[in-house]
Amino acid sequence: MTEQLAIQMKKITKVYPNGVMANKDVDFEVRKGEIHALMGENGAGKSTLVKMIFGMEQPTSGEIYVNGEHVHLTSPNVAISKGIGMVHQHFMLVPSLTVAENIVLGMVPTKSGVLIDFDKAIEITEEYSKRYNLVVDARAKVANIPVGMKQKVEILKALVRGAKILILDEPTAVLTTQETEELFKELVDLKNQGFTLIFISHKLNEIMEITDRMTILRGGKFMGVHETKDTNPEIISRLMVGRDVVLKVEKEPAQPTDAVLKVKNLEYVNVWGKKMLDNVSFTLRKGEILGIAGVEGNGQKELVDAIFNFIDVDSGEILLNGESILHTNQANLRKKGISLVPEDRMLFGIAAKASIKENILSDRSGDPKYNNGVLFNMKAIEDDTKQLIKDYLIRCKSPEQEVGMLSGGNIQKVVVAREFTNDPVLIIADQPTRGIDVGATEFIRKKLVELSRSGIAVLLVSADLNEVMELSDSLIVMCGGEIAAYFEDTTDLDDMEMGKYMLGLAKQDEEQIRKVRHE
Amino acid sequence: MGFFEFVFTVEFFFSIIRITAPIIFATLAAIICQKGGVSNIGLEGTMMMSALFGSLFAYYSGSWIVGVLVAIITGIIVSLGIAFFAFNLRTNIILAGTAVNMIGSGGTIFLVKVITGMTEGNQLTSTNGLISTRLQIPVINIPILKDIPLIGGVLSGHSLLTYLAFVLVFLTWALLYKTPIGLNIRSVGENPNAASSVGVSVIKIKYTVLIIGGILAGLGGAFMSMYYSMGWSQDMVAGRGFIALAATAMGGGEPLGGLLAALIFGFAQALSIKASAVGIDSNLVSPIPYLVTIIGLVVFAIVAREKAKKPHKVKESA
Repeated sequence: MTEQLAIQMKKITKVYPNGVMANKDVDFEVRKGEIHALMGENGAGKSTLVKMIFGMEQPTSGEIYVNGEHVHLTSPNVAISKGIGMVHQHFMLVPSLTVAENIVLGMVPTKSGVLIDFDKAIEITEEYSKRYNLVVDARAKVANIPVGMKQKVEILKALVRGAKILILDEPTAVLTTQETEELFKELVDLKNQGFTLIFISHKLNEIMEITDRMTILRGGKFMGVHETKDTNPEIISRLMVGRDVVLKVEKEPAQPTDAVLKVKNLEYVNVWGKKMLDNVSFTLRKGEILGIAGVEGNGQKELVDAIFNFIDVDSGEILLNGESILHTNQANLRKKGISLVPEDRMLFGIAAKASIKENILSDRSGDPKYNNGVLFNMKAIEDDTKQLIKDYLIRCKSPEQEVGMLSGGNIQKVVVAREFTNDPVLIIADQPTRGIDVGATEFIRKKLVELSRSGIAVLLVSADLNEVMELSDSLIVMCGGEIAAYFEDTTDLDDMEMGKYMLGLAKQDEEQIRKVRHE
Repeated sequence: MGFFEFVFTVEFFFSIIRITAPIIFATLAAIICQKGGVSNIGLEGTMMMSALFGSLFAYYSGSWIVGVLVAIITGIIVSLGIAFFAFNLRTNIILAGTAVNMIGSGGTIFLVKVITGMTEGNQLTSTNGLISTRLQIPVINIPILKDIPLIGGVLSGHSLLTYLAFVLVFLTWALLYKTPIGLNIRSVGENPNAASSVGVSVIKIKYTVLIIGGILAGLGGAFMSMYYSMGWSQDMVAGRGFIALAATAMGGGEPLGGLLAALIFGFAQALSIKASAVGIDSNLVSPIPYLVTIIGLVVFAIVAREKAKKPHKVKESA
């Protein structure tokens, strides 16, 4: 029986050194010659699992068998020698080298041992390219070829190194529709030639189209393995996005008043030619929390970046209290009353080496209260920081402590202490509680509700379904850069229904989606 | 009128080549390191130490060949030191390079005092005179070429190392673009993750480029103390290790571009030497090489910016 299994993982548990449990008792079996999907939401543990198959991570406990043989995959080189290849989500290519050079890198053919045999490199590339019907231009520089071809180069790299089992980590995330179709044809071809493929995705329609079987993970745990033909999207979405514990947040019903933020027909195509914002329009009103739900990478990040002027949109309008804020620099956006709790707090939220005091001061250093034009009023800064530390329950030694030394939850509290107290009219909270402890999470959620009820408009972007469903007064679901659904009221919202919109299985009619414009 | 006739002579063009050679060695070292993703700013100090040990060993052994070999070995040892501190002990590589430069300046003079026992006056700052004509790196008169008027006078009669510097430009290019090791160097410099994902050892490649850089800087040091001057003197490399970094940037990080940039610097230095010989105030003349550096870098920056401005081709998705 085990003879037919290409990969068999038994009771795999992976705990990272920082204590995060990425996988718990996961069983994963892949048959020879099948396309097997590994599915789950962000953070479900898919990437960690395949990293262990490719030797980039080692399991804390559990056993791995490749073609029936018990193996210890201690590095990618060991995995490669066992016939495993991986196509990474972020390509491992050298842009200035040609396609052929990238393919033979590390195993370069030579003439008499000294000079590179470029003809031979091209010959190898073209031979494999022809044999597996993966069309690439062997002589072109990788920097100049389209994304779809880069991916083929990655697949060829694995094949040239003798891979029989191929792992593809979200291969369609960067591809356009046509490129995706082409890739699927090629993958089916490879399967017919006896290759085993492990395919990571959270796009349901793709999975239904090309896979034979699928394994579903949720929260690091094994949620079952299914024959694709015996299942349907509803079952899968329930397994993928179901909530284990339903979170409840106490809040009074919102009483929204005037429009604060109006976004109209926003369009944005990213540098790889992928449409990330597709005719996005909505209105956010005073006193409400508007949630934006969706699987990551469906335009939420670009939407926040557009509002905060980190990207230039191709067309559309963004109005704050009736005034256009497109192309306004961030300092002026803040003066107009927009606060941002950024997704990546270490990069955009704080200066890790600076003190709590300095981080709090960073957006208000020009305030006459703190700055008389020449010198800072240290006393006022110190007093106010102390007050914020108290109000926001920031656990620290003193206002002088380096922010980078605090725990994740306390770092985020420093960010919100600053962002919530600069008299905002609009707060953009992008994944405000990601990766922080329960106490801090609860505190920040309560603050957001409190602030919205005091008349501030809150735009909440979150990949955490629990959070976005319970905290929001009304809710948008984004999928493929579009608004796929709008719910005016989130009280009786069902996760299964949400899942369908998030995974692109359904889309509301125009009329319902239009309501979010409040026109 | 008279000025130009006086400046642009056969000797002037000969001196450009002579002055450019050490800059070429240092520039090639910087280019190789940069291609491998290593910022080696310690070339100045490396050359200083190679210059010292090269000339001392030439003197003690009575052989210029031994001197050149010791200069190369010194360059390798110093570069291995930078590599060890930067990659094994995780020092910031800029700090490691700076340390080498400081040792190259202050440490060498200290060693001269210890090794030679010289303590007084001028002698302390120089070992000039150690290298006699017999110990100097030999000069080669190229047959036939040397008899061609003008060209012969410019191109013939240089030292062995001068010719080697120019040959090395092409060897460096071939190493980078025609050999497997060059391919590995470029891949490590550009995307270390890609390189290590196919089994190319990033740290080995970084050590390799520093060693090659050390050999080249060693040759540059030997050139300075065993041909350009007749012995070692304090701070004799005089910024060539830094000019090399500028030449690398100006030359776009490529050997041929680096050669051109080095020639421009050589020309500027030769000009300033000649101009002061004509009697122009040395305060006016001495900034010439630095002005050329600044102008060169500005031109390079403008060209690079224009290139980057070219509209990014964005294709419509379905």
